[in-house]
Amino acid sequence: MLKVENLDLSFDDLVLADDMSFELEPSKTHVIIGPNGTGKSTLLKTLFGDIHPQKGLVSFAGAPLTKATLSTWRTQFGYMPQDIRLDVGLTVLEVVLLGQLNALSLKLGDQLLEEALQALDQIGLLHLANRDVRTLSGGQCQMILFAQALMRKPKILMLDEPVSALDLHFQQVLLDHLDQQTKQKGWVSLMILHDLNLAAQYADNLLVLKGGKVVAQGAPKEVITPAMVEEVYGVKADVQLDSLGVPFIRTQRRGAHAYVSMKESLHASKPESSYVN
Amino acid sequence: MVLQIIIILFICVNNMNFAFLYFLLRYIFSIKLTLKKDYRYMQHSIMLAEALDSQRRSEKRRWFMLAALFSLLLLSFVLDIATGPSLLDLGDVTDALLNKLGAPIEVARTTEVIVTNLRLPIALMAIIVGGSLGVGGAEMQTLLNNPMASPYTLGMAAAAGFGAALMLYIGSLGLSSQIAVPIGAFVCCMLSASLLFGLAMMRHITSGQLILAGIALLFLFQSLLSLVQFVSSPELSQQILFWLFGSLTKANWTNVTITAVVTFACMSVLLKDSWKLTALRLGEERAKSLGVNVTRLRLKTLILVAIMTATATSFVGIIGFIGIVAPNIARMLVGEDQRYFLPLSFLVGAFLLSSASVLSKVIVPGALFPIGIVTAIIGVPFFFWLIIGKRR
Repeated sequence: MLKVENLDLSFDDLVLADDMSFELEPSKTHVIIGPNGTGKSTLLKTLFGDIHPQKGLVSFAGAPLTKATLSTWRTQFGYMPQDIRLDVGLTVLEVVLLGQLNALSLKLGDQLLEEALQALDQIGLLHLANRDVRTLSGGQCQMILFAQALMRKPKILMLDEPVSALDLHFQQVLLDHLDQQTKQKGWVSLMILHDLNLAAQYADNLLVLKGGKVVAQGAPKEVITPAMVEEVYGVKADVQLDSLGVPFIRTQRRGAHAYVSMKESLHASKPESSYVN
Repeated sequence: MVLQIIIILFICVNNMNFAFLYFLLRYIFSIKLTLKKDYRYMQHSIMLAEALDSQRRSEKRRWFMLAALFSLLLLSFVLDIATGPSLLDLGDVTDALLNKLGAPIEVARTTEVIVTNLRLPIALMAIIVGGSLGVGGAEMQTLLNNPMASPYTLGMAAAAGFGAALMLYIGSLGLSSQIAVPIGAFVCCMLSASLLFGLAMMRHITSGQLILAGIALLFLFQSLLSLVQFVSSPELSQQILFWLFGSLTKANWTNVTITAVVTFACMSVLLKDSWKLTALRLGEERAKSLGVNVTRLRLKTLILVAIMTATATSFVGIIGFIGIVAPNIARMLVGEDQRYFLPLSFLVGAFLLSSASVLSKVIVPGALFPIGIVTAIIGVPFFFWLIIGKRR
């Protein structure tokens, strides 16, 4: 549905997309993972039409993204950028309301307000509705911005590290709600995550980005392997399947462990040598 | 209910009908469960209604703020007309004003002449210029995402000052200096602003870069102004200096009308964009994500503010302080929902300049201080008090 074809994107000699192509289907949660600075956020901005690629075509349901279609293109998106600071004298309710920017007029109807309150209620934050956003914690801001993105009634929902400031409870609230709504409303959901375990749990389709290429794509079970983790991140990790068949990743601690294992290997080699002597 | 249960239990035990007892208990229990659910649902909708109510209350509170500032402004407006070389009675002034508005009230001829011809244009000019500087400041602070910004931050006032000084220096091009100087100030102000428009139109220019460019322009025009002052005669230099002080005494019905029309036209366009401007305060990237065309909104607002500032400055000279302070006071009072923030910035700015006008006349009776000097001297302690008061 959301299709990227032969995308080339680079800044000077930094290549962020090199003949990249993929297609994202509706009613599925797509998760992008990949190392820092590999162009994940830039890819979202490109899909949103904020950055022009040197080459390539982006289209949704057959309609291409061009300069002329940009404003209608953006109305289909709920897009939550990475930055979660909210330093403005507005209440939570007003910030959520801004999600429906085009419907707002000088006089606010009850219906819009109720809709915004429902959006807050669905993620369990109704009690914050009338608080000044400057008094909120980072995690609360992030949840509020998620509610704002939902208020846009999107067809495509793009979240840039949506759980970066959330505690365990709200990670679950956000991701579960996203999962359920994606399936119920047929959204194309696309998010960037750094936590591979969360990615494994919630992704229907996992895209691994590195060096401007999609190096792996598919169900988490197939994509997340020790070989992939080592190749993409340069980290040794154990990958096991839990009882539900979801991959579970655990990296090995270097430093202390490495030291111990070195000592162990020394000890192990000593008797051998003494035996020789 | 309890009695019923006891009776039924009694029957059950007597008949040893355990199956019946089981179903009965389940029935009672399920009723209890649904009741609890209903209760939760009720509580929940009460919470929704409460949040909605609280939002409506805060809207009312902000309307009240607007009304309060409006009455304060009205008071200082009447005082502004009453004070001056000949002190008028407040009642007489009110009568004369009501008479102007069409009320059938008898007014003494001298009072009417003083009010209509001498004081009313100045008092109105104070309100309109103060308001326009307040709104200009509010939008500059929104646009540049910086509470220290004002229409003067980006060099607009310096450019206007340079234009006026240049006009005085080259002898007004054969026109009367009353017409030529405002035109020179306006043209120069718009010229310097159009350099900023060009910058603002570029993609991926951040507000920080815009401020830097504006401050560079500010220094450029200040230097040029100094240059004009340096090469002109002492008398001319004095004249330029007086223009720079800012004064409302140049107000007459013509320039009041022009300023009023420009200010209210620009303001109504800004008000139409109020939600977009509110969204802009969440940050440029986030505003974009909400569907705002940031480049266009920025250019449009910048042009409107430049026109408003250029008009006001060209008629009354440079009046600092209000553009920076009025929006900050308005923000403390009603927050940053532009539907309230914008009109309140106008009212606060208007009130500040109007009351400064009163004070400039009464500090030293008989002597008229340039208002540009009074605003900051009177306003800064008040502003300090507000900042400190807010911290507690």
